[in-house]
Amino acid sequence: MAKVYETVIGLEVHVELATKTKIFCACSTEFGGSPNSHTCPVCTGMPGSLPVLNKKVLEYAIAVGLATNCDITRYSKFDRKNYFYPDNPQNYQISQLYLPICRDGFVEIETENTSKKIRIHEIHMEEDAGKLIHDEWENCSLVDYNRSGVPLIEIVSEPDMSSAEEVITYLEKLRLIIQYLGASDCKLQEGSMRADVNLSVREVGAKEFGTRTEMKNLNSFKAIARAIEAERARQIELLEEGKEVIQETRRWDDNKEYSYAMRSKEDAMDYRYFPEPDLVPMMISEELLNDIKANQPELRTEKQKRYKEEFDIPEYDIDILTSSKHLADLFEETVAICKAPKKVSNWLMVETLRLMKEEEMEAEDLKFSAENLAKLISLTDEKAINSTVAKEVFQELFHHNIDPVVYVDEKGLRTVNDEGELRRVIEQIVNDNPKSVEDYLGGKEKAIGFLVGQTMKQMKGKANPDLINQFLKEELLKKA
Amino acid sequence: MKNIISDETMEYVGILAKLELSPEEKEHAKQDMGRMLDYIEKLNELDTTGVEPMSHVFPVVNVFREDVVCNTDKTEEILKNAPGVKNGMFKVPRTVE
Repeated sequence: MAKVYETVIGLEVHVELATKTKIFCACSTEFGGSPNSHTCPVCTGMPGSLPVLNKKVLEYAIAVGLATNCDITRYSKFDRKNYFYPDNPQNYQISQLYLPICRDGFVEIETENTSKKIRIHEIHMEEDAGKLIHDEWENCSLVDYNRSGVPLIEIVSEPDMSSAEEVITYLEKLRLIIQYLGASDCKLQEGSMRADVNLSVREVGAKEFGTRTEMKNLNSFKAIARAIEAERARQIELLEEGKEVIQETRRWDDNKEYSYAMRSKEDAMDYRYFPEPDLVPMMISEELLNDIKANQPELRTEKQKRYKEEFDIPEYDIDILTSSKHLADLFEETVAICKAPKKVSNWLMVETLRLMKEEEMEAEDLKFSAENLAKLISLTDEKAINSTVAKEVFQELFHHNIDPVVYVDEKGLRTVNDEGELRRVIEQIVNDNPKSVEDYLGGKEKAIGFLVGQTMKQMKGKANPDLINQFLKEELLKKA
Repeated sequence: MKNIISDETMEYVGILAKLELSPEEKEHAKQDMGRMLDYIEKLNELDTTGVEPMSHVFPVVNVFREDVVCNTDKTEEILKNAPGVKNGMFKVPRTVE
């Protein structure tokens, strides 16, 4: 009988914190500056420079720890992790090994079959490295230290997951918590959230873990799922052939759907960790802890509960709207302006989600503002534009965040409320289409649709459909 | 000398430190390192039962900075420290993991 294998997965998740400045210096963390424009002696590792911890980093790390049921380490410190690589100008990374800020937490996940707890081993604070570009032209490497010293937290889970589905559910849950806390935007594509997958397989029932590998370079949930499936298959194949899995770090290539070994345990690095002498320890007082607890923003379950009480919208809408912090913010801000929860929800649930899917976008990437969405809603409320035009305007709003009022006026899209003109057009249409008129009067009610269409076309889409229907029926009755 | 540094250890330390030493320099370094370890070993004579390991010598904790951008663009000055410059970046020998 064929052997049955189970997969054992643990994750190391790096999250870039949403601070204005770097972890140990007052350089900006803003994305997209020209190379090395956000650097100073500290984040370029100049001798004699002194790092000082950004308080916000500690607060965010503790906030994430509290939201993931961790114990907060009341006496915590930083350590040096020594390794040589040009993206790391000091030849060491300041990280935490011995006394990480958060320990022993968990996140509860619900998958289709079951709910389970994924335990968190620890969360520690550390600094990001610079960006290394390999220059083929001159056969050299070029370094931009703008990312060097950007604050990260690394969330290390226990090996409690057993499928790609569980891994993705866990990551989505983690992402949602962190986004709600405002601690990071957690964009996988842009690297503000990065997940390394530790995976091993073993025969069902085996007590010992199999040898694990670590997979890097996973930039999307789809890539993570594909990499997990491929690595599981690769390890099982090795075992079936009577070979051994080698403990190593592998790099996933999502285009080739294949991973290759980066470095194995034999040439694993010796990091020679020791306490960071330039940074004094952190003593987390009861006061600071209570402060952070008191300022913890509303998380998803609380928000869902409040929506149920405050807004008259279906539970299904609430689930979707709160599935992203940005979507929920957009909803609340728009409702605050236009006071029409169901209408706002409809725009977000139908057109927004449809266009997001079409563009393969995430809710966090939505560009339009609450003000402009509210303007669009009041235009339709006032019947200044009809629903077809509204959808067209929304497309522009979605892509370019245009001001709907300005846009509608510039393009001359306002519904023509000149009843005299509409009546003249309808009279003309009725006279020009005797066949349809005859059909309608002969009992084929559907024939009116054609006449409505012709009228709308003549009015260049800018007529009020209710008025067209009303006037058409009146005109047709005259012919009866 | 109590601490004898083996050739393997010397080799390994050289790799970690990215240093290439001549045979004479290696011999010299082995002697130096042995003497350093002997010197530090003096501490082992102390009875430290029940003493908390200490990581920092100053009785100071919680030195923080507010999250406010103070540093301005000093690209030009920073790049003066680079071994080479190309397109506003530090130019270094080709390094691929």
